[in-house]
Amino acid sequence: MTVHEPEPLLRIEGLHVEFPTEDGVVHAVDGVSMEVNPGEIVAVVGESGSGKSVTAMSVLRLLREPPARVRADALTFRGQDLRAMPPRRLRAVRGGPVGMIFQDPMTALNPVMTIGDQIAEAVLLHQERRDRRAAQARAVELLELVGVPDPGQRARQYPHEFSGGMRQRAMIAMAIANDPDLIIADEPTTALDVTIQAQVLDLIQKAQAETGAATVLITHDLGVVAELADRVVVMYAGRVMETAGVEDLFVRPRHPYTVGLLASLPRMDTDTDALDPIPGNPPNMSNPPPGCPFHPRCPLARERCRAERPALLDLGGGRRSACHFPEEVGP
Amino acid sequence: MGAYLARRLMTNVLVFFLITIAIFWLVHKTPGDPIAMRIPPDQLNSGTAEYIAQRRHELGLDRPIVVQYWFWLVNAVQGDLGYSLLNGRPVTELLAERIGPTVELMLVGLLISLLIAFPLGILAARRRNSAWDYGTAVVSLGSVSIPVFFVALIGIYLFSLKLQLLPASGISDPTNPGLLDTLSHLVLPAVILGFANSGTYLRYVRSSMITELNADYVRTAEAKGASPRRVVVRHALRNSLIPVLTVIATNMGQLLGGAVVIEQVFAWPGMGQLAVSSVFQQDYSVIVGFALLVAILVLLSNLLADVLYTLVDPRVRLR
Repeated sequence: MTVHEPEPLLRIEGLHVEFPTEDGVVHAVDGVSMEVNPGEIVAVVGESGSGKSVTAMSVLRLLREPPARVRADALTFRGQDLRAMPPRRLRAVRGGPVGMIFQDPMTALNPVMTIGDQIAEAVLLHQERRDRRAAQARAVELLELVGVPDPGQRARQYPHEFSGGMRQRAMIAMAIANDPDLIIADEPTTALDVTIQAQVLDLIQKAQAETGAATVLITHDLGVVAELADRVVVMYAGRVMETAGVEDLFVRPRHPYTVGLLASLPRMDTDTDALDPIPGNPPNMSNPPPGCPFHPRCPLARERCRAERPALLDLGGGRRSACHFPEEVGP
Repeated sequence: MGAYLARRLMTNVLVFFLITIAIFWLVHKTPGDPIAMRIPPDQLNSGTAEYIAQRRHELGLDRPIVVQYWFWLVNAVQGDLGYSLLNGRPVTELLAERIGPTVELMLVGLLISLLIAFPLGILAARRRNSAWDYGTAVVSLGSVSIPVFFVALIGIYLFSLKLQLLPASGISDPTNPGLLDTLSHLVLPAVILGFANSGTYLRYVRSSMITELNADYVRTAEAKGASPRRVVVRHALRNSLIPVLTVIATNMGQLLGGAVVIEQVFAWPGMGQLAVSSVFQQDYSVIVGFALLVAILVLLSNLLADVLYTLVDPRVRLR
C-alpha cells in the first residue's frame, strides 16, 4: 500500500497557457506545477511577464478561451477537478470558497455601482436564499472589518469617492465575503502608494488569520515575500524555477535566477549603495530560448543548459529546483 | 447637480440664438419671392411690380434683414412666430396641430430602433467574429445604407398591396376608429423609421459593449461568481450606456429627417409634410418656425441626455 498523502487544497500540475498573437503563439505559462496546502501563504514571485498572473487567472478559469488556450494535467481545488467543472458549479467556487483580489482597485471596481452594492453582490451570489437586506448588512460589516471608517456611509459611495488604499480594502472585503478557504491576491499592492502598501499587506495578513484561508500572493516584491510568505514559488519565463520555504529560499537559494533576484535587492546590512541587477532581459515568450530559459543570463550556464530543459527536481526538505546544477548554486 | 445643469442650459441657450440667426439668414437668402409666387403667370401685367412692392412693404419684407430678425426674435420669444404668408394662419397654430403625429412617429420609431439595436448589439459584442456578429453587421449596414423612402415603398408593396395587412397611408381611418386602427396605421411607418435608425445605434452598442466586457471590473464580477447574463445586465450594460446616450441624443435631427421623408411617403399628417409644402411655397415664416422647432427638439434631447448621464454615471455629478 502506498502512503496516502493528504490532498492539497489547490493542485496545479503541468499548466500550459498560450495566446495566439500576430507575432506567433506566446507561451505565457509553460508547464507550471504547484500546490497550496490549507492555511499556508504561498508567494509566487517573478518579473513582469513571467506568467504569474496568468497562472492565477487560470485557477478560476477567468481567462477568455479563446483567445487563450489553457490545458493542464491536473487542476484541482479540494480534490475537485476545476477543468471539467460545469459553469454553474464553477461559479459557485468563484467568490465562494475561492476569493480573488486584483491588482488595480481603480479599474477592478465597477464605476457605476456603489461599493456596498458590489460587496453585497459577492454575498448575494453565494446565498442559499437571496436576501438583499442581509447582504447589504453583511457588506457594511465587511467594510468595518477591513478598516474602512464610517462603513454605513461609505457603503453608499461610489469607487471614485474612495482613495486607492480604501478601494483595495473594499476589494479585500469582497474576496473574504464568503469566508473563503483560498484567497488569490494578484499583485494587491503594486498599484498603491508605498505608504499604503504596508497597510494593505497588514490587512491581507489579518484577513488570512481571521478566515484561516490559504493565500496565494502574487508579487514581484521580495520584501513582501519575506514578510508574509510561508513558502515561495519563483517563476521565470512561464516556468517554475524554484520552490522552497521562505527562510530556505532567502538563506540558501538553489537556482541561479533566485540568486540573481536576491542580489538585485537593496540591502540594509552592507555598505554598498550599488544594486546588482541580473544582466540581460527576460526572453521573448513567443520565441523562448531552447533548454533552460534562463541560460542566456546565467553565470553558471554551460552546454547542457543550452540543449536540455531542466526538470523541476525534488531536492528534499520541501525544496525543488529547475537547475541542472543546484549543488553549485551559492549566494 | 444644479450648477451642472445650469451650465448645460446656458450653453444650450447660446447655441439656440446662433441657430436662430443662421436659420433666419439662410431662409432669406433663398432665391425667389413669396409674393410673386402667389400671382398666377397669366395675371402678370404692368401693375404687378407695384403690387408686389406694396405687399412686401405691408409684410415688412422690404426692411433690412437685421431689423426683420429683431422683430421676429422679439415676437418669437413671446411665443409668436408670425403668420403664414400663404393662408394667414398663425405659425404656432399650424405647427401645434402637426407636432403631435410627428412626435408620436419619432418616439415609437426611436423605441423600435433601440429594441433592435440593444439585443443585437449585445449579441454581436458577446459573440464577436461569429456568424451572429457578421449577421448583425449586415443588418446595420442595410439600415444605414438603404434609403428610407425605398424601404418604405417596399414595405407598402409587401404589407399593404400584396398581403393587404396594413394601410398604406394616413394616421387613422375615420370610419373605423379605435386602438387597433391607430396601431395598424402606425406600425409600418414606425418600424421603417426604427429600422433606418437602428444601424447606427447597433454599431455603437456593440463597440461600447465590447470595451466594457473587456474591462477589469467585469473580470472582478466573474471572480465573484456572477453569471454571463448578470455580468452583461448588471455590470457592462450600464457602463456601455454612456457613449450610446450621446449618439442617441445627437442623432435626434437624423431621426426627424427620416420622419419627414416617411411622412411624405405615408401621407402622415405631421410637421414634415407641412415643412415640405412650405418650402415649395416659400412660406418664410412657416419654414423658420419649423426649423426653430427642430432646433429646440435637438437641443432639448441633448439636455435630456446630459440629465441622463448624471443618472447613469455617478462620476458626472462632480464635474
